[in-house]
Amino acid sequence: MNKKHNDEIENQMKLANESLPERERALFADERPSTVEAFNKYYEGFLNWARSRSLWMLAFGTGCGATELRPLMTSRYDMSRYGIAPRPTPRQASVFVIGGYASIKTIKRIVRSYEQMQGPKYVIALGSCTINGGMYFDSYNTINRLDYYIPVDVYIAGCMPRPEALIAGFNRLKEKIRAGECEGMNLYVEKFDWYKENQKQIIKDWNMPDYNW
Amino acid sequence: MEQLIKKINGMIRLRAYKKQRESLHFFTVEEAQLEMILSHLKNYEGFTHLAFLQAVDFIEDGKFQLTYMLYNYETKMNIGVLTLIDREEAETASIHKLWAHAWQYQREIHEMYGIDFPGSPRVKESFVLEGWEEMPPMRRDFDTKEYSERTFYQRPGRSTNDPAEYMKEKLYRNYPQSPAIRRDDE
Amino acid sequence: MSNLSKNKYKGYDADRSKYPETRNGEPVIDLDSHKFTKMWQGPQHPGVTGNMSVEIIVNGDEIVHAQTHVGYLHRGFEKLMERRKYIQCFPLVCRICVPEPDTNEYLVSAAMEELADITVPEKALWLRTLNLEMSRIASYLMWIGGQAGSLGMGTIGQWTVGMRDFWLDLFEEMTGGRVYHMYMVPGGVRKDLPDGFIRKARDLIVRTRKLLRDVENSFLSNAVVKSRLQGLGVITPDMVDEYGIVGPNARSCGKEYDIRLNNPYLKYDELDVKMITSTVGDAFSRAQLRYDDIHQSLDLVSEILKRIPVEGKIQAEMPNLLNWKIPAGQTYVKAESTRGEHGFYMVSDGTDKPRRVFARGASYTHAISVLEKLAQNISLSDLAALMVSLHTCPPEIER
Repeated sequence: MNKKHNDEIENQMKLANESLPERERALFADERPSTVEAFNKYYEGFLNWARSRSLWMLAFGTGCGATELRPLMTSRYDMSRYGIAPRPTPRQASVFVIGGYASIKTIKRIVRSYEQMQGPKYVIALGSCTINGGMYFDSYNTINRLDYYIPVDVYIAGCMPRPEALIAGFNRLKEKIRAGECEGMNLYVEKFDWYKENQKQIIKDWNMPDYNW
Repeated sequence: MEQLIKKINGMIRLRAYKKQRESLHFFTVEEAQLEMILSHLKNYEGFTHLAFLQAVDFIEDGKFQLTYMLYNYETKMNIGVLTLIDREEAETASIHKLWAHAWQYQREIHEMYGIDFPGSPRVKESFVLEGWEEMPPMRRDFDTKEYSERTFYQRPGRSTNDPAEYMKEKLYRNYPQSPAIRRDDE
Repeated sequence: MSNLSKNKYKGYDADRSKYPETRNGEPVIDLDSHKFTKMWQGPQHPGVTGNMSVEIIVNGDEIVHAQTHVGYLHRGFEKLMERRKYIQCFPLVCRICVPEPDTNEYLVSAAMEELADITVPEKALWLRTLNLEMSRIASYLMWIGGQAGSLGMGTIGQWTVGMRDFWLDLFEEMTGGRVYHMYMVPGGVRKDLPDGFIRKARDLIVRTRKLLRDVENSFLSNAVVKSRLQGLGVITPDMVDEYGIVGPNARSCGKEYDIRLNNPYLKYDELDVKMITSTVGDAFSRAQLRYDDIHQSLDLVSEILKRIPVEGKIQAEMPNLLNWKIPAGQTYVKAESTRGEHGFYMVSDGTDKPRRVFARGASYTHAISVLEKLAQNISLSDLAALMVSLHTCPPEIER
């Protein structure tokens, strides 16, 4: 009896993946993401210190803010001084820099890339257009606030922010990580249904699994 | 250039002609003669470069204006061939056989204005929008601000400074109190 | 042509009549036969320019079919401009092309000036020319870094993007903005040159030339670069008209089309602009052509700095811009950006807002029709190099 009850609960917790065709559903996981508990205080503090010192950035230029990432990567501003390196694939990255406005077509890819990143993961949103739409507040194709779709740790205002502002943003992120405040990944799990609802409201042709491992 | 216009006017009756500047001329042709005149310009008059093809929405007249911008490398002239098509049953002949890149513009116009080009390759495919369910967004009656407010969440605290209102307040802040200032438009 | 024949054994010109099988001129691609793999390059991929994606079908590592998807950067500028006043369009237009925003600013102000019949003062014309040429240099420097990076040479990118940053510093001094300048407003420009600008610019020209020598030695003379770029993505002269190819891509196969010479605007008719062409048409000749073009732009900047008038107005008499109504009419203005013919088509209906503004991005056809054609039968690893060598700029394609 108890076991059956548990099975029922487990089945309810599964993701439906309704948008996928029947034969493809078995190919994707239907497990919901789960939160990650912190270790004890001292060990977690050490881990956070270590995490803040090697931030690997996903090289996905989602908007025009990506132009300023290039000076940041190269010799003039040289972000490797701060332990930040670009990585080509989401599996290896820990920081996702959203480079400005996200159109509907891009936010689909952003969600997909963000979910594929392995934890601990952080998001820096760059530019005014991720905060409240910026100058594209009335555009039919760009979102107005990013934090309704993925959790954001640090915003950098400006259109577009200078590389110095980006460095300041990265330093702020490091401070937050060391203080143990960057819980975006767990927040995403806790409010998973809310985020999914918001995402599905704007991504009309949802043809991917509900959670992309 | 005058000779060319005369020649074309002999072939068909131009509905309108305008010289914008020395190197840019516009003329309007009937929709049925469009394909013929474009292929004549391309094959016999040296206007071989299609710079762009775009639509303009004249919602008051119930018309779409299509603009075909051609360029001649020899005489260094631009010609804009305009044609007006009906807004309700927007459909016109495709020119993808004349220029191999014309289908791109036709696909974009089909998505942005809902004008159909029968026979054009991949014309029904989506170009920039994905999963779009509203009316074509570049039509004048589509209200992008209303759509944005309805679809995307607004962050409270956004203030808008309309430049006219803002400058009015800055310059004439004490306007009602000071009768000495009089403005002509009120 | 010797370059082309040398590459025969590389597989580009191999006999493709048997495989993949063709029917009615179209290759027969059956994905279920396990001989082909469908994959995406982009949008999340280090080998794409900007934010776009190419859907490719490969057979082994050879691309048999490519299809470009754009729209990841679509913001609906043209719609937004319809509901903004003329002067409010200015912050928008420079965002149409990120590496080279000044061409957009110049063109939209030129279109407004032509429709409203405003004459721009002499000095403002010189300042505009200077600004455009500087932005060409900055854009090309970034391009060289991209082309080298697509072949795996990170060092060149470190040099040239670093050098571009010093040009951005000059821009900042001149206009107040690093990337987006919003410098050319209708009727003229916003600011005069600051003190000491000319000396700094001359100094930077010398430094850039020094850097370019290094780039030539280590990039253009590099045997690996030559062997990978020569014979890649050959544009033939009969493709130019058919596909609407413009700019360096068209000039690389002998088409003499440079708007600065064909239809001179601003002060280009008084400057000594040379038509730089090549006859090979492959990616390496395009790289060389752009390299020569930077040198020409550096020459032009130093000449402009010599000839720029010290005194003079920089702004014409303008009506009240907050309530500026432009008489009804339509026009098309164009300018030569680093990627070719960049044009603005503006229709005004007599109100204070434009009826229609269309930005003809120079790489509109390069990224879609041309790339899809040239990507056929090349190696998968060369796709990134081909994409950069066509100098595509996604935001100006979808706007």
